[in-house]
Amino acid sequence: MTKKQNSFTSNLYIFIVMAFMYLPILVMIIYSFNDSKSRGAWAGFTTKWYADLLQNESILTALWNTLIVAVISSVVATLLGTAAAVGIQAMKKRNRELIMNFTYLPVMSPEIVMGVSLMLLFVMFGVDFSLFTVIVAHITFNVPYVILSVLPKLRQMDKYLFEAAMDLGCTPLQAFMKVMLPEIMPGIISGFLIAFTFSLDDFNISYFVSGERAQTLPVLIYSMTRKRVSPEINALSAIIFVVVLTVLIITNLNDVRKEKQLQKGGRRG
Amino acid sequence: MNNTNTLISLRGVTVEYDGVVVLDHLDLDIKDKEFVTLLGPSGCGKTTTLRIIGGFTEPSQGDVFFDGVKINDVPPYKRNVNTVFQRYALFPHLNVYENIEFGLKITKLPEEERKKRIKEMLAMVGLSGFELRRVNQLSGGQQQRVAIARALVNHPRLLLLDEPLGALDLKLRKEMQIELKRIQQQLGITFLYVTHDQEEALTMSDRIVIMKNGEIQQMGTPTDIYNEPINAFVADFIGESNIVDGVMIEDYLVEFGGRRLPCLDGGFGKNVKVDVVIRPEDWEICKPENGQFRGIVKSSVFKGVHYELMVQAPGEEEEWMVHTIENHPVGSEIGLILTPDDIHIMNKMSPEEEAELVSALEADSILEDGEESDEE
Ligand SMILES: Nc1ncnc2c1ncn2[C@@H]1O[C@H](COP(=O)(O)OP(=O)(O)OP(=O)(O)O)[C@@H](O)[C@H]1O
Ligand SMILES: [Mg+2]
Repeated sequence: MTKKQNSFTSNLYIFIVMAFMYLPILVMIIYSFNDSKSRGAWAGFTTKWYADLLQNESILTALWNTLIVAVISSVVATLLGTAAAVGIQAMKKRNRELIMNFTYLPVMSPEIVMGVSLMLLFVMFGVDFSLFTVIVAHITFNVPYVILSVLPKLRQMDKYLFEAAMDLGCTPLQAFMKVMLPEIMPGIISGFLIAFTFSLDDFNISYFVSGERAQTLPVLIYSMTRKRVSPEINALSAIIFVVVLTVLIITNLNDVRKEKQLQKGGRRG
Repeated sequence: MNNTNTLISLRGVTVEYDGVVVLDHLDLDIKDKEFVTLLGPSGCGKTTTLRIIGGFTEPSQGDVFFDGVKINDVPPYKRNVNTVFQRYALFPHLNVYENIEFGLKITKLPEEERKKRIKEMLAMVGLSGFELRRVNQLSGGQQQRVAIARALVNHPRLLLLDEPLGALDLKLRKEMQIELKRIQQQLGITFLYVTHDQEEALTMSDRIVIMKNGEIQQMGTPTDIYNEPINAFVADFIGESNIVDGVMIEDYLVEFGGRRLPCLDGGFGKNVKVDVVIRPEDWEICKPENGQFRGIVKSSVFKGVHYELMVQAPGEEEEWMVHTIENHPVGSEIGLILTPDDIHIMNKMSPEEEAELVSALEADSILEDGEESDEE
């Protein structure tokens, strides 16, 4: 095979993969502008569904719920997870390994197990399902992800940095804030982002602990589609997709810019 | 200046890790404004001694005094001590300037004063113009100098330096030795200095402490240690030496290498086995027929200032190391003469001690070859 043919096949391959991934989304976006309630035929262009969407109380409430849950649970999970990671790192080897197995367990087990067991727990203690229970559940499943993303950073850190900070007059708290935290920040941020997106995304666990009043978007959409896919859902999904896409592009551009700056900085010196 | 104040005292300090004794009832006094060097083979407990004083390791027995006050329970950040860590421990998220500024900011020194001191420090370590560099964009030697600046800029009462010049080339090392010594005297800071390099120890220190296996072998001024080593370990560690078996025939008369020679030592008893130490530079070279010893030059290596000859007489076991500024070709025969004060008599080491010495010195010479190797 010549080089040209080779690059043709690899391009074709990429095209097929991309088509598989993005065709459904493209179809969904197109249908969100379709002036017909049914899925089948194209009946002309309209933005009606977007207008309807903004009037739909239950969807807006669910969106709001989802955002509140995601923000609060990811922030709390990040704090707890970071503290836990620091504690685990300071443990003796045997205890550390034991705790790490317990940390992996929820990550490895099917989410539905987590969902059901959290539901049972709340029922047992007589806690009514509400935003609170959803938030608690999300914190619970997010903490391990934060721990798992912070721990490697702690392990990479030069263990003498902490001592060096104390040598220069820092109390242990100051040493943590001024030296350790900046060192492990990348791990904390990626842990936070993972927690945030998992929380936005989660259906399995929220389904069991949200009840009627505290539905998050995935739960609401599921319950709506049991009847019929409303074109409003298409519109909403399209909006979410565009928002996510924009955020991704912005962060990527940011990374590229930073990288360039770093390279420049390196050469300047 | 009051030079008789004791700044730091260790009393019976013992450190054990998992039952292994790393420091063994260490007693050490360091006077105010003194420059003391810990010297010893790898793993003998030098870093551990510094960590005790810095407050990072707790002694399992014994006390630490600072200015006469017991500081066993004082945390590191309350001790007026700064450390140049063996592996630098620079803060990677800060640039060179911010690293050096770190301690001054914690103690809330005014900005103007901070700037001034940091500028001086950077000039001293030869890193002016590197302020904005990330520390992981520096060479090992540059990082080491930032570490020195970061500790020294705080003007502590006591500075602990753990092999602070290990990563520098010979020329820079010599320059930094002079600079450090100058700063130490100018600021009146007490230095406790760790090095592998015996020459560095001899040129810089007011006092040298020779350690082995967590015990102090000898303490004294460089001249004391060099001229009057207390045992063969010290003699061999501080400067290369010929160490051979000998017998003290009577006071002031020793037999070794098949000769009886007068010496200045006495009090060992009669017909007692001893170690005889002869510095390679103490030999006087003469015509073969005039020498107390004579031998063939087996090898000759140029060492920069002098030649190092290995000399052995046919049929004799002893091989002598001789330093001379005049080369003698391999294969030629020379004579060697010693005056009584060139012969140093030491109590015999036990066989175990001897084996330890050999292994310690081997480990050490390996280390000196690969200075930045990851030991510990
Ligand atoms: N945290 C620790 N746990 C167990 N053993 C240790 C620990 N720290 C040091 N040791 C042991 O204590 C001994 C002395 O170590 P130390 O670091 O004081 O040696 P050193 O004289 O500084 O050696 P070097 O010249 O190689 O730096 C070594 O045998 C080392 O293995
Ligand atoms: Mg050491």
